[in-house]
Amino acid sequence: MSSNIFFDPVFLKNLRRRQIKTTLVNILLLAASSISFISIVVIVGSLVLESSIFFGQVSITEFITGTEWTVLFTPKKFGVQPLLVATAITSLIALAVAMPVGLAVAIYLSEYASNRARKPIKSVIEVLAGIPTVVYGYFALYFISPNLLMPLIEGIGVHSALAVGLTIGVLIIPIVASLSEDAMYSVPEDFRQAAYSLGARKLDVVFRVVLPAALSGIFASIILAFTRAMGETMIAAIAGGFRVYYSWDPREAMQTMTAFIAQVATGDAPHGTIEYQSIFAVGLLLFLVTMAFNIVALYIVKRWQVRY
Amino acid sequence: MAGTVLEVKVLSRRDRLKKILDIATPVILAIAVFIAISAVAALLITVVYQGAGRLSLNLILEYPSANPAEAGMRSAFLGSFWTVGLSALVSMPLGIATGLYLSEWSSWRRFRRFVEFNIANLAGVPSIIFGLVGLSLLTYGLGWGRSIIAGAFTLGIMTLPLVTVSAAEAVKTVPEALKHGAYALGATKLQVTRYIILPRSLPMMMTGAILAISRAIGEAAPILIISGLLFIRRDPVSIFDRFTVMPLQIFNWVSRPQVAFQELASAAIIVLLMLLLALNASAIAIRYRFQKRLVL
Amino acid sequence: MLTKRLAVQPEILRPSDGGAVIEVKNLAVKYGNKYAIKDINLKFERSQITAIIGPSGCGKSTFLRCLNRMNDLIPEAKVEGKVFYRGIDIYSDSVDPVAVRTVVGMVFQRPNPFPMSIFNNVSFGLKVNGVKFTKQEMYEKVKDALIKAALWDEVKDRLDAPAYSLSGGQQQRLCIARALAVDPDVILLDEPTVSLDPISTAKIEQLLRQICNEYTIIIVTHNMQQAARVSDYTAVMMPDEQMIGRLIEFGPTKEIFTNPRDKRTEDYISGRIG
Repeated sequence: MSSNIFFDPVFLKNLRRRQIKTTLVNILLLAASSISFISIVVIVGSLVLESSIFFGQVSITEFITGTEWTVLFTPKKFGVQPLLVATAITSLIALAVAMPVGLAVAIYLSEYASNRARKPIKSVIEVLAGIPTVVYGYFALYFISPNLLMPLIEGIGVHSALAVGLTIGVLIIPIVASLSEDAMYSVPEDFRQAAYSLGARKLDVVFRVVLPAALSGIFASIILAFTRAMGETMIAAIAGGFRVYYSWDPREAMQTMTAFIAQVATGDAPHGTIEYQSIFAVGLLLFLVTMAFNIVALYIVKRWQVRY
Repeated sequence: MAGTVLEVKVLSRRDRLKKILDIATPVILAIAVFIAISAVAALLITVVYQGAGRLSLNLILEYPSANPAEAGMRSAFLGSFWTVGLSALVSMPLGIATGLYLSEWSSWRRFRRFVEFNIANLAGVPSIIFGLVGLSLLTYGLGWGRSIIAGAFTLGIMTLPLVTVSAAEAVKTVPEALKHGAYALGATKLQVTRYIILPRSLPMMMTGAILAISRAIGEAAPILIISGLLFIRRDPVSIFDRFTVMPLQIFNWVSRPQVAFQELASAAIIVLLMLLLALNASAIAIRYRFQKRLVL
Repeated sequence: MLTKRLAVQPEILRPSDGGAVIEVKNLAVKYGNKYAIKDINLKFERSQITAIIGPSGCGKSTFLRCLNRMNDLIPEAKVEGKVFYRGIDIYSDSVDPVAVRTVVGMVFQRPNPFPMSIFNNVSFGLKVNGVKFTKQEMYEKVKDALIKAALWDEVKDRLDAPAYSLSGGQQQRLCIARALAVDPDVILLDEPTVSLDPISTAKIEQLLRQICNEYTIIIVTHNMQQAARVSDYTAVMMPDEQMIGRLIEFGPTKEIFTNPRDKRTEDYISGRIG
């Protein structure tokens, strides 16, 4: 028969020791979890700090509205628009590829594929996601451009926004496919059954019941794919060329924001020069744009995801 | 009566169209899937076709050289090994700790949501930004130089969300019955974590770590910023050495016009892809082996 | 929360024979804004087996979990009222729930042995309580617990075998042994035989009656025959119109089943409701 354990000194001493350990570990884990927050702060902080050196010499207005970017030449002009346009074009082309294909794959996997076919197809899509981006860059330069684009399109060179866009599109297919498929998978079976029992065909069920129900998830996946495309560096650096060129014509070779950063960082611009600091300004812009889109995507998922 | 017959006629036309679409849809979708699969196939075939001839052990043993016949990516191989290996030492403890905290230890919902929000945002930051921050903070700010350790920490924070999410999921899969059984015997949270949660969730956490490593091995952009494009002809000796990684070496060779370098690049790509394949296979193997052991 | 030394003479708080081991006063549990149980007042005496019966969903398990502070692990649950263990309010700030769980043990509805050997399962509580035992002492305690749980003869030759190699009934007896090994004062059982076959059920009921002198046993069951077979006292819980669980009757088992005072009890026992 145990005596009252609340007064047993051995047990109490032990308990105190155990709880002190627990509290210490709790603090440790809390500290580790804060690193995520600290990292974001550090990222914003360093970008802002370094850009401030740039913006000490260049006005924000000129940066945003100027249409010439000749940072590496003289006379120096600091309008970021050519880079912005190049990023926009390549990302939009990428979306134009990834959205239909990704959605189609998602719909097929979620609603049509047999159980046996699902696993291998999913694995292939996963493979797409795991291939390093340099390999995609290689693919763009040595396959897409010479074999697909140059024979078919007049006036296109080895480097082009189209080559970059198409390749990034293939890269981001898994993002659209897998997130959209998750969204559709979580639509309850009851919805489909109800529609069938009302006499709907599979076509109607998929496109009029399941897709609308999964819309918030699908939309979020598209936004996330878009920001991924904007942030892509290696494909743009390999297949987009290093020429800064303001144009909306996808056949042109043009340098994106990311490719510019890559170029300067691998060049000889010494630490502290305006050329060097410009990459932080461009980086800050890229960061702000992608973060804004990402937050919107997260918000959409949270707010409009219907809880079943 | 005539009106009804007309209605029936119109309906049947629309109905027929629908019937056709209903059959056509899976075909159209299958075509799209086929396009995606052929993209992968084309990529792999191009690479293998170009590079298979150039594959040899020398690729890993030799240093890069202006002469493509003699070149190898030894320095990049070792650089990848050290940088990615060290990055795992950064991302794994932090990620597992955060995952544990989110799934078991935290009692404040608000803070949990806050951490999850930050992790989600961190996951969405373009990889090149990590390079910029690493350059600013670690290389110049802390004076670590354009070194392996700077690259390792950068990659570590970059892969933190991946490790965290898989660790949090791993902890969640531990059945509540087991945890409560331990608590009911008078175990503290630390003891439940140590004796029940961790042994059970470790395989899944390992899988997450391997995924993070796979991601880090293939990343070129952040290392490009931190390290630059280098021609290195020696093995790394300390973590403060300059370095290069395999994807960057590939980038280097891809940028050269000569066909010989093109072949070299494809061969290097084959090596990189095989490495990634091996890593993913081991992740699957771990998961499979430990799934079998679990009964409850 | 760290346990502080209570500055009260132990003798005053340790009740003389016949005092209540656990006393529950105005206990209520809220999940979010909604009450699950309310106004529970009850006393549990030494060496008695008390059964708690009632229809499913009336809060029996929720109530049970209050007695060893397991509701602390459910973030949405809020406990109101007081639970006294031998005079000490176990929900007071100076009491560590870990200490409570060491004196008030629990056996769950479905057997939940740890993925370890049979021996390590039983010795787990001893290991985590931090008191150092020698290997011999540990072995004796494990053996003792397994004997009490009527499992020793079946496993004595394979103490190192994994716990999962046991049948369902054996696993549940293993969980009972595990709870007994830490030498608790009170044992809570939450529908322990509901997933077992009749033979295992009978074995467990028998072992409970054998060990009841040394412990205070509280068993939740929705099987009335089991309550009638096993318990000395019975408490009847029922949901009211707002689906809040209430204690509607408490008394010696014989009286509850032959001469219940509340009409609802009579209806429930005769199968008219529930």
